Amino acid sequence: MGLALMVVIWLITLVSTYFFVAKTWWLPVGAAEAANFIDGQFALTYVLMGIVFLAAQLGLGYIVWKYRARASSPPSDYSHGNTTLELIWTTLTAILFIGLNLMGGSVWASQRFDPPAADAVKVEVTGMQFAWYFRYPGPDGKYGATSPKLMDPSAGGEAAVGLNTSDPAAKDDVVTGTMYLPVNREVDLSLRAVDVIHSFFVPSLRFKQDAVPGLNIHMHLKPTLIGEYEIACAELCGLGHYKMHGMVHVVSQEDFDKWLAAREAEKQ
Amino acid sequence: MATPASVHAHAAPQGFIRRYIFSLDHKVIGIQYYFLALTAVFVGMFLSLLMRIHMIWPTAMIPLIGDIKPETYLSLVTMHGTIMVFFVLTTAPQGGFGNYILPIQIGAPDMAFPVLNMLSFWTTFVAYIVMLSAFVVQGGAPIHGWTGYPPLSAVQSTGPGEGLGADLWITGIAIFCVASLMGALNFITTTLDLRAKGMTMMRLPLTVWSWFITAILGLLAFGVLLSAGILLLMDRNLGTSFYLPLIVVNGQIMQHKGGSPLLWQHLFWFFGHPEVYIAILPGMGVASQVLSTFSRKPIFGYRAMVYAMLSIGFFGFMVWGHHMFMSGMSPYSAFAFSILTMCIGVPSAIKTFNWLGTMYKGRIRFQTPMLYAIGFVSLFVSGGLSGPFLAQPVLDIQLHDTAFVPAHFHLIMGVAAIFGIFAATYYWFPKMFGRMMNETWGKVHFFITLIGTYAIFMPMHYAGMAGQTRRYSQFTEVAYLQKLIPLNRFITYAAIITISAQFIFVINLFWSMFKGPKASDNPWEATTLEWTTATPPPHDNFGGVTPVVHNGPYEYGVPGAARDYVMQTDPAVGLGH
Repeated sequence: MGLALMVVIWLITLVSTYFFVAKTWWLPVGAAEAANFIDGQFALTYVLMGIVFLAAQLGLGYIVWKYRARASSPPSDYSHGNTTLELIWTTLTAILFIGLNLMGGSVWASQRFDPPAADAVKVEVTGMQFAWYFRYPGPDGKYGATSPKLMDPSAGGEAAVGLNTSDPAAKDDVVTGTMYLPVNREVDLSLRAVDVIHSFFVPSLRFKQDAVPGLNIHMHLKPTLIGEYEIACAELCGLGHYKMHGMVHVVSQEDFDKWLAAREAEKQ
Repeated sequence: MATPASVHAHAAPQGFIRRYIFSLDHKVIGIQYYFLALTAVFVGMFLSLLMRIHMIWPTAMIPLIGDIKPETYLSLVTMHGTIMVFFVLTTAPQGGFGNYILPIQIGAPDMAFPVLNMLSFWTTFVAYIVMLSAFVVQGGAPIHGWTGYPPLSAVQSTGPGEGLGADLWITGIAIFCVASLMGALNFITTTLDLRAKGMTMMRLPLTVWSWFITAILGLLAFGVLLSAGILLLMDRNLGTSFYLPLIVVNGQIMQHKGGSPLLWQHLFWFFGHPEVYIAILPGMGVASQVLSTFSRKPIFGYRAMVYAMLSIGFFGFMVWGHHMFMSGMSPYSAFAFSILTMCIGVPSAIKTFNWLGTMYKGRIRFQTPMLYAIGFVSLFVSGGLSGPFLAQPVLDIQLHDTAFVPAHFHLIMGVAAIFGIFAATYYWFPKMFGRMMNETWGKVHFFITLIGTYAIFMPMHYAGMAGQTRRYSQFTEVAYLQKLIPLNRFITYAAIITISAQFIFVINLFWSMFKGPKASDNPWEATTLEWTTATPPPHDNFGGVTPVVHNGPYEYGVPGAARDYVMQTDPAVGLGH
């Protein structure tokens, strides 16, 4: 029985580890500045935890086999423990876990506490059951006023986010259902939700933040790779949660300007 | 001074109803809790089976049920989580085994408050019925998940199931909180006041420590959830705005303003994180007890084990914010919550080391309880090591609310806790029912369940890393999720096999209850007090004798002793604490 248990535990361990090491399923391509650090931190955590995982599971399997009761095995060791060993592994674990943690602080801080770059593109993201809307402030750089009274989700676009078209600052606001971002330029995001909590998750941009009714949450990020990336809502928001989907198009600055100009033109 | 025995003795009841239904006997109440949890785990498991089937075959027609709609799927998600967390993981280890075993292990004739004990069981029963009734009312069960985040859970028009079903769901949880508070008071008082002569705190079996600490956590946590639930009911029905800012649902402005959805998350997780330990601590206790018994060795580092559980309980109340890194709470607080969360990994690691240390140089016997205890350690390690990923806010940017999270918590507080329950069942069944369970089928059940568990939950880590979002009823609408369908199909197959194998357990349980070979008083040659008394124990547990304790709980392999174990009531030997 000891042998069977060891074989099963070892097999489970090795098969599980194989799929991690082979990267059969892995993080999607990282298309934003934060990806370098996040992926690095992920890999580091994964290597360290992987070593502990292998050592603990293989050790467990070995111990149950090695110390199985047999007629010939010696009496069990009458030991109540070892304080020195306890102190050693407590200290090592504390250093490992807390050290890992402290390393992650800088990226967390840079997306949240540092102000966005002066030339950042401003985009407001609004989540509602079950769609994302994106608002660009237009040439004046100012978002126009919105009002809950004006919100009409069935109409889509400007009406969905309740844009007050009589506000002068709203005249040049562009509201779209697809997000366009210029590559290699910082994006200053404002996240809002009108009904329930949603979460703006773009796996390839290594970006996730809940959009919460009553809050206007500011974050920034910098896409670094041209391409099309999917948005998947990551906070349970109702029966259409699974199809609250959207696209981010990261394009060159030139294409971005063209796209935005075309939207402004449509509006007039 | 009156002895505990004379104060709390109550005559053995006559008549079926007083004996088996409204019983004051902690042993009967423990078995009642256990069977309630057994029905609940089958309901919860069946719901998860439907979920897994729907994820892979969204249009499948299921016999008697028909097709599952996205909203039905979310009801399944909600009720699976709620039933499993409250009525299985909180009920079986604490209400079930804690009730049955704790008084006997400390040498008491019953719980401190037998009437309160009966009341807490029947209150739990009412909570269970109220919870299940959410399925059959207009609109069905709520769709807001077991975490019930407002505004989704606070406004009727946010979706189907958010009407009467949601009210029943919250009411069921609130009633459960009341029951748990009663239970917690009883456990704490019993442990502190009713210990037999010589049973010092440092001679308590680790199981007793685990139930005691769990009760303290319950006392502090369930009160908060109860209050939070009442506020939610008020927001829903009385027009208050604790959790609701001004919102617009389907173009309709709701008559609320000024509340904060995050308030609920803080209150919920202030309960919710200790709840994780409420589920797993008794499993740790059982694993320690069983590993020591079947390795024929004293537990490695008894005091370290006690301090580790105490510090897990203590830190458990300071880490709730790690569920909220992406919620929009102050990002500064993420640092504190993250560091404290890493701190809680340290005592957890100590426990693992000590379990390995207990087996090291032992003489391991592989009866089914031991297999489950070893499986517990394996799952605890696997589930525990994904913790340091999720404890880092930067990694949560990618992993939060992906399948990586259910992979993590199912391994550690779901299935590891269930393995603790299995270990406890196979271990104490002989004492509780006077017969042995079938070993062969026990082993078959163990190996299928262990391999099946890993086959279900390991791949969920891979899916989570690839960005698979949680609580999606199907993967057809997002291109990158479509690529993960084969992986999910594998998980569904593994779930079907593993769930089917649980019938082996149920058949073994009921068959052994009536047909199993008679058990001796101490079939595992164990040392704690429950093995000193008759099988099954008499109404007052020790047949009029009050046990006196001379030894620590895990004196195995004592050199020079007549046999390889010294019971707690034997004359003092060796290094006994």
